Amino acid sequence: MQHLLCAADLSRDEATLVLDTAEEMARLTDRAIKKLPTLRGRTVVNLFFEDSTRTRTSFELAAKRLSADVINFSAKGSSLSKGESLKDTALTLEAMGADAIVVRHSASGAAHRLATAGWVSARVVNAGDGTHEHPTQALLDAFTMRRHLGELDGRSVVIVGDVLHSRVARSNVHLLARLGARVTLVGPPTLMPVGVETWPCAVSYDLDAHLDEADAITMLRVQAERMTSGYFPSAREYARRYGLDSGRLAGLPDHAIVLHPGPMNRGMEITADVADCDRSVIVEQVGNGVLVRMAVLYLLLGGQRDVEEER
Amino acid sequence: MSRVLMSSADVGRAVTRVGYEILERNKGAETIVLLGIPRRGVPLARRLAAQLARTEGAVPVGSLDVTMYRDDLRLRPARALEPTEIPPEGIDGRTVVLVDDVLYSGRTVKSALTALDDIGRPAAVQLAVLVDRGHRELPIRPDYVGKNVPTSHDESVRVLLTETDGCDEVVLARQEG
Repeated sequence: MQHLLCAADLSRDEATLVLDTAEEMARLTDRAIKKLPTLRGRTVVNLFFEDSTRTRTSFELAAKRLSADVINFSAKGSSLSKGESLKDTALTLEAMGADAIVVRHSASGAAHRLATAGWVSARVVNAGDGTHEHPTQALLDAFTMRRHLGELDGRSVVIVGDVLHSRVARSNVHLLARLGARVTLVGPPTLMPVGVETWPCAVSYDLDAHLDEADAITMLRVQAERMTSGYFPSAREYARRYGLDSGRLAGLPDHAIVLHPGPMNRGMEITADVADCDRSVIVEQVGNGVLVRMAVLYLLLGGQRDVEEER
Repeated sequence: MSRVLMSSADVGRAVTRVGYEILERNKGAETIVLLGIPRRGVPLARRLAAQLARTEGAVPVGSLDVTMYRDDLRLRPARALEPTEIPPEGIDGRTVVLVDDVLYSGRTVKSALTALDDIGRPAAVQLAVLVDRGHRELPIRPDYVGKNVPTSHDESVRVLLTETDGCDEVVLARQEG
């Protein structure tokens, strides 16, 4: 692995290596001294053109647990808000000697551009690009599911909500399918992207029809700005048809777990009692996010890059 | 070109003797924790633990992966991690016996000592190896040795164990080219 740009790029072996490595990270950090010396002297830059406190904090903590130095560049109050181009920012980071760049950008493909344009020699990790991909979220979701369900081969995962605007959904579908799970996307027809029929998953508009088969169900966040732009009649209507409440929770198999990438709109896509119930692993996902990001940073930065590139 | 240094019976006898030496040196096994260094140190540590258990009662045994603490990480591609399992008793105030298959440069052991720092403060740390092949690059010496083998740098010592390789054997091979 040279960069982590899309979940769709990961082979089954690569994805499994990340998940297994994260499992070891869990054991290594489950003790009084959580810090490991592995990436001492390496510099990780968090380059966030879009605000995302939770993702940035998770990457920052992951890098610090591995003893890397972390620099945060965020759009607010920096040259990024003064109209500096991605290229100039990249050249600046290269001059500062960044070993890895974690990038979040509103434009799909920004991470790919950064990694392949020849501007930087650093490893690039995509932390969300437009409506395209968010691979570490997919990895942490898969890691969380695997911890509860075992290997994902043949498991059924239902992903519900605004698939159209969700990079999480896209990354999840590709990764989970690669790991052998059967994925079903559920949501209003207006929130399904063009071309979804070519994705390795099933598509449905009826949530209730798929509850009894789900080993895991992921509720996607409905962003506030979508609620008033005509994708569905009203927030109440959406919650009634696609929200996860205690009635629908009872329709899931007993072992099924409930995931949400956060931040949640309680009462919209998920009710408060479901979000807090014992089958919800939403808080656990946050902790697992740090472990998975540690694994990714270790695998990208832990070895010597020249050796790997020669192979 | 390869030569068998230790047969299955030799390996068995060496492990048994090292087990007795551990008991003798520590006057019993009361405070002992055995930590195997992956991969082949782990089955060796388990065998020692099983042997000590026959006369002394159960001895805590676990594994300590040192990959994240190595000083040569940048010289090779990132490696998959092996399990680290510290027994629930912990290592504070106990005598940790590190167990590995081959002692060579001593760098793995140094990394293990660094890793122990992050886990606790043992009363003492001792080192048991099945084969000591010399060529130390650090001031490290083993406390218990299954077999001392003079080697040259262009030779390699391969330890095979039933648990990982299907049979017990130690082979000295001259590297090709």
